[in-house]
Amino acid sequence: MESGTIVEFVGVQKTYDGHTVVIQNLDLSVRQGEFLTLLGGSGSGKTTTLMMLAGFETPTRGHILVKGKPIEHLPPHRRGIGVVFQNYALFPHMTVAQNLAYPLRMRRKSRVETQMKVDKAIEMVRLQGMQHRRPAELSGGQQQRVALARALVFEPDLVLMDEPLGALDKTLREHMQYEIKQIHRDLGVTMVYVTHDQSEALAMSDRIAIFQAGAVAQIASPQELYEQPASVFVAGFIGENNILSGKSAGRDESGRGVVLLDCGQSVRMQASAGFADAGKPLKLAVRPENLVIGTPARDRLNQCSGKIADTTYLGDHLRALVDIGMGQTMVVRKPLQDFARPPAIGEDILIGWNDGDGHVFA
Amino acid sequence: MTLTVQDSAETRKLRHAWGRAGKRRRTISLLLVAPLFVYVLLTFMLPIGMMLYNAVENVELMRAVPETTVALGQWKPENPDELPPDIVFTTFLHEISAAPRNLVGEAARRLNYEVSGYRTLLTSTVRKLRTMSENLSEEGAARRFMAGIDTRWEEPAYWHAMKRASSTYTPYYMLAAVDLGIDDAGQVVQAPEEQRTYIDILLRTLKTAAIVTAVCVVLGYPLANLMVVASRPFSIALIIAVMLPFWTSLLARTSAWIVLLQREGLVNSLLGYLGLIREPLELIFNTTGLYIVMIHMMLPFMVLPLYSAMKGIPPHFMKASASLGAHPVRGFLNVYLPMTLPGVGAGVLLTFIVTAGYYITPSLVASARDQMLGYFIAFFANTTINWGMASALGIILLACTVAVYFLAARTVGVRQLAGLK
Repeated sequence: MESGTIVEFVGVQKTYDGHTVVIQNLDLSVRQGEFLTLLGGSGSGKTTTLMMLAGFETPTRGHILVKGKPIEHLPPHRRGIGVVFQNYALFPHMTVAQNLAYPLRMRRKSRVETQMKVDKAIEMVRLQGMQHRRPAELSGGQQQRVALARALVFEPDLVLMDEPLGALDKTLREHMQYEIKQIHRDLGVTMVYVTHDQSEALAMSDRIAIFQAGAVAQIASPQELYEQPASVFVAGFIGENNILSGKSAGRDESGRGVVLLDCGQSVRMQASAGFADAGKPLKLAVRPENLVIGTPARDRLNQCSGKIADTTYLGDHLRALVDIGMGQTMVVRKPLQDFARPPAIGEDILIGWNDGDGHVFA
Repeated sequence: MTLTVQDSAETRKLRHAWGRAGKRRRTISLLLVAPLFVYVLLTFMLPIGMMLYNAVENVELMRAVPETTVALGQWKPENPDELPPDIVFTTFLHEISAAPRNLVGEAARRLNYEVSGYRTLLTSTVRKLRTMSENLSEEGAARRFMAGIDTRWEEPAYWHAMKRASSTYTPYYMLAAVDLGIDDAGQVVQAPEEQRTYIDILLRTLKTAAIVTAVCVVLGYPLANLMVVASRPFSIALIIAVMLPFWTSLLARTSAWIVLLQREGLVNSLLGYLGLIREPLELIFNTTGLYIVMIHMMLPFMVLPLYSAMKGIPPHFMKASASLGAHPVRGFLNVYLPMTLPGVGAGVLLTFIVTAGYYITPSLVASARDQMLGYFIAFFANTTINWGMASALGIILLACTVAVYFLAARTVGVRQLAGLK
């Protein structure tokens, strides 16, 4: 076990019914003090992973180590892990202060210590004056903060959050992302965060583990995930991407991989050593923001011609859907001032990008 | 942004249209409920009101001897040993000899509630009135004539009783229902010791209801919980098992229990066969039988509100409790139990009220000493035709029920009791 690791999943497998595997052979380590996000679609196994760590699910096979000790047979109440639930799970018959005092009461802390820690937690989430309200009398954002404070008030080393911001509206969600991040930085506590919202994951995380069908597709920093996706799935999952299918046409004289797209046009890309033999099917991923259209495209190494199929005005930029033939389309995103005049639907247009602007996957 | 109409004439028109639209909707809603309202009014509220009115109504003497009741009303006795003035005797003699037989019978029955033996006194007097003396206008003649028929007519107690029975309304039944009465001096006093029964019956009723309710909570809570946590097929089977008694006739269920529990019944046979008992156990027609059968009858009333309350508690509360370091038992006591309290309240209320008013089952499976208020209400209404007593006991039962309801509403809240929150 590497030092600085707080949680380690070793060969963990989980099945609920004996034939559908929800988690297949998961190896994952969480570093001390980091903000790790488990990101994935529904049914990808991210919540099951979190619940196994919290103790509400038991792995069918494998071990979960916390600080080097296996905990898979420890009941949840003896794990000392803070959990923030998707719907907060605040006890409706208790006031805010009673909710916050609950974990301390269960640990038989003295009255003075409890009072002190509750006050501190309330101050941390800025809910002064709300101590004696019941959860039903609080707004969604305030409930969220109480849930957060309750998971932190007993000073756990590890806090798990299961889509905690899912029920909030967009503005509040962004604000809470910032606050959670702030608390994470101030307390230095390790946080494992589950979400299906990739922009949330990008904004908050030190590292993101992308879950795909019960396994981790890639675990890396947001920047690495965005810029160096390990698979087509990751490339398509994080941010908007143009995924084009084609065939390998070998390498050109400078060692670039040549890809013959399904639309019949061919492009040259910097390709890894494992670039497939000629004729093998490939996927190509290019980000919309790396594409140029119109005259500037002539300066680029790769050029694709197509017709504008649709445009969407988005205020600060324009999003254009370009049909490059044989049913293949590409999305281009450009600031409005880049256009002398907005492109018209049906207009012929040239799309260009350089050989380093995208990724090729076998 | 909302458009606000500035012009006042325009505003008025708008408000008028708005009010008309709302009124139309309200009127339609009310019209749709009207048949139910009329039905409830005519078949439920009105009979109950009339029934309750019986508890204070006091018309028997006024019907039979109206003038006498007026004369008695004017009589203001100074002390309990005083006899009424001559005018009362004279009027009474004239009226009673002319009164129709059925009215005299009703009056006699009413007077008999006040002083036992009054019925025979009155009926025998009426029989002997055929030879009525001619000269009754003379001072004291009517009194001497009546004393000649029966000397009891010279005892003031009988006249005080008649005076008490001749007012338009009487507290007699209500007082009797709580073992009180009015003595000849007009004071409210406790009934003679050998006649005090209704307080005991009331306490017995409340005690039976309380025990049945308590046992139902203890048995029903784990069952309701199992229904919530069990796998779907098992949970459906449990729900059907709980509901089944609801779909079976009350009498069939009661009879089935009698078959099972009687001396030669299945339970005793089985226990005897297994060698666990030598003598058959007395399991029915006594207190044991009453509790066994009543608890079975009442269990669905407890389990269903509990089930619906528990169904509404998502599992994440207990998970949250565990994640915060609470042992499952402490989590149950601190989180789950308080959250199910509205369901417990609703179940307790329902079970208690229904049990307290139960009549058929106890009358079939319990001994005479275990009978509850309902039995005595039926006894007065069906057997002795004493509507006043039946109504008075009914009011006592209703008052207890309402008191229990308010107690529950105060502690748990009406909306929670109704399962609205």
